[in-house]
Amino acid sequence: MPLAKTFSFIKDKFPESVYDVTESSGEQIFHIRSEVVRDVLEIFKEKGFNFLADITAIDNLTLGGFERYAVVYHLLSHDSLERVTVKAYVAEDKPSIPSVEKLWKTADWQEREIYDLFGITFDGHPNMVRIMNPDDFTGHPLRKDYPRLGNKERDDYPVIKPAFKRK
Amino acid sequence: MKITEKPLETERMVLNFGPHHPSTHGTLRIIMELDGETVVKATPEIGYLHSGFEKLGEDLDFNQYITITDRMNYLSPLCNNVAYALVAEKLMDIEVTKRTRYIRVLLSELSRIADHILNIGMLAVDLGALTSFLYGFRLREDIYDLFEMATGTRLTTSYTLVGGLMRDLPEGYGKEVNRVLVETDKIVNDIETLLNKNRIWQDRTKEIGVISKEDAISYGLSGPMARASGIDWDLRVKEPYSSYEDFDFDVVIALNGDVFDRYLVRTEEIRQSMKICRQALEKMPSGDVIIDPGLGYSLPPKDEVYNSIEGLIYHFEVTMPNRGMMPPVGEAYVPTESPNGELGFYLVSDGTRTPYRVRTRPPSLMNYSIFSKLIEGHMLSDAPAIIGSINVIAGELDR
Amino acid sequence: MDQDYIKSNVLTTTLESAINWGRKHSLWPMPFGTACCGIEFMAVLASRTDLARFGAEAIRFSPRQSDLLIVAGRISIKMMPVLIRIYEQMPEPKWVISMGACASSGGVFDTYSVIQGIDRFIPVDVYVPGCPPRPEGVVDGLMKLQKKVGKEKLSDYTTSNTS
Ligand code: SF4
Repeated sequence: MPLAKTFSFIKDKFPESVYDVTESSGEQIFHIRSEVVRDVLEIFKEKGFNFLADITAIDNLTLGGFERYAVVYHLLSHDSLERVTVKAYVAEDKPSIPSVEKLWKTADWQEREIYDLFGITFDGHPNMVRIMNPDDFTGHPLRKDYPRLGNKERDDYPVIKPAFKRK
Repeated sequence: MKITEKPLETERMVLNFGPHHPSTHGTLRIIMELDGETVVKATPEIGYLHSGFEKLGEDLDFNQYITITDRMNYLSPLCNNVAYALVAEKLMDIEVTKRTRYIRVLLSELSRIADHILNIGMLAVDLGALTSFLYGFRLREDIYDLFEMATGTRLTTSYTLVGGLMRDLPEGYGKEVNRVLVETDKIVNDIETLLNKNRIWQDRTKEIGVISKEDAISYGLSGPMARASGIDWDLRVKEPYSSYEDFDFDVVIALNGDVFDRYLVRTEEIRQSMKICRQALEKMPSGDVIIDPGLGYSLPPKDEVYNSIEGLIYHFEVTMPNRGMMPPVGEAYVPTESPNGELGFYLVSDGTRTPYRVRTRPPSLMNYSIFSKLIEGHMLSDAPAIIGSINVIAGELDR
Repeated sequence: MDQDYIKSNVLTTTLESAINWGRKHSLWPMPFGTACCGIEFMAVLASRTDLARFGAEAIRFSPRQSDLLIVAGRISIKMMPVLIRIYEQMPEPKWVISMGACASSGGVFDTYSVIQGIDRFIPVDVYVPGCPPRPEGVVDGLMKLQKKVGKEKLSDYTTSNTS
């Protein structure tokens, strides 16, 4: 099985940086430290995982994990039809992780989205600004400690009265 | 001759396109730097429809969130329903019945037809060909009627449940579908007659917004966008879900990767979808559309709830906090082939009745991210053509 | 002059009702369609429902040329300044239809980024319920607005009230 081989190859190469390999609902999940994410994904890319399907993040505040945040990469190989999930753990006190924008252009907007919604910065990203929320927004809404109803951002606009009085 | 040899000197101009421009289909904003009429640089701004879907999902249980998925991609809501039901079923390891799968396939393909026909119509409108839009919308209305028969509403269908469907198809549904399919064939032919050999149409779409194969992969494109660039990738064939392996259809591929090819891929996909619909109707198995309600996963049929006390009690139990649907701790990602491309849902569960994290992999976001690269060097008037061919759906783009 | 001639050629009315009659049968809508309701609004304009039968088919995408703002879809915190701007650019007299649950109240989206009803910030004349409203519902809303326009008094339009 090529996937298992790739796993062991990476484990040999970065022995301290690989936490674990688990399986959930038939999917292989590869847990690593955030510092090596670029190198690891580069290896995956060389081994045939040519398509970065999705990047997202999870706030492990109550779920538990190796660190507070996990950035999740879903990789796909167009040739061998395999999928693999890579989870890179990011510490709470310094939420930053190397950007993979150089490997796949699709990472550009998705990393900006994670920055906007989770507050994780991506080192080496060309344009790390908010993408979904307005520029003057404060906070990172998908963090578990951010209230769903927000901090009154949605009530903060001038009220327009009709210019002409109508009864 | 002299005039063309020495082009007019122009200064760079910055143009703000949108967010409320008719050709941006809602809420896109692009800041373009122009040199004369040529776009030198384009910076898309998104987020004007950001509605916090993913935050909301953390507070709703699995069946409740299905109603929210409708509002994400409002051109083909049923595909979203199916995708979300699939991921929840994968997480909880539920097998649905064969009939459920076939109905899901039938309705997904109908929505694919409705989605593509509207997209072609909108693209044509943006380029000044109103007739195709009106023809297409007439067909869409017919398909709306089919949805209404099956689900009760036109647009926000919420038809699937985790473990089945809200209800079975009504009687005589196959006949109605067949009637609409005959109509579809006519309308697609009409539209093709109007457009394919039309000189203006060809001038405005050929060689515009060309995407190479490598770019398509690097930017994460999927669906018709990728297939128009020659990538043989269709999740319905490569990673079949919901019994797609039972159906016989072709994957549509074009090689040039321009706007015209994307249009061709979409029209041909409509024909393939019609084929799938016909097969689904022919082979439709009988049986239930909901798995055994005793398992505590899905809501009981509405008849039982209204007409028997056991059903009512059971319904209460399933929907009460900390009762009913309790998935295992874990996570699941399911990719599906929505009309726009790979629509994936990623669920993380901590074992309570609401998901810990719901993530949508929105095909529109990836498809649209290549826009600034495509428009560079083209004329300003090509922007609507390129946006139209990408089929950006703001609800899905911004979530 | 001969009585018959006068009867068939002279019409007496008030200025007010003549103006209102004109206004209500030639509303020029500006659709502010953002989400799913925008798609249903397209259905209102398209073949089957055909808004042209009610004199409101002259869709303008420029606020300067329209007198009816139809807000169809959810408005996010990033979009609200745009909506306010567009509303302010429309010339008087102007009316607003809020189409769908999201525009009227936030709908199912009780989240940090969705405005809980545009009427908190801009005046709304007619609310069309539904998620999304059926095209017939929108037409009904338009007819309600026409009724309302028909009853307006010119004397209420006093510039002195501008504030
Ligand atoms: S009211 Fe419903 S259909 Fe309309 S925009 Fe809101 S969610 Fe969509």
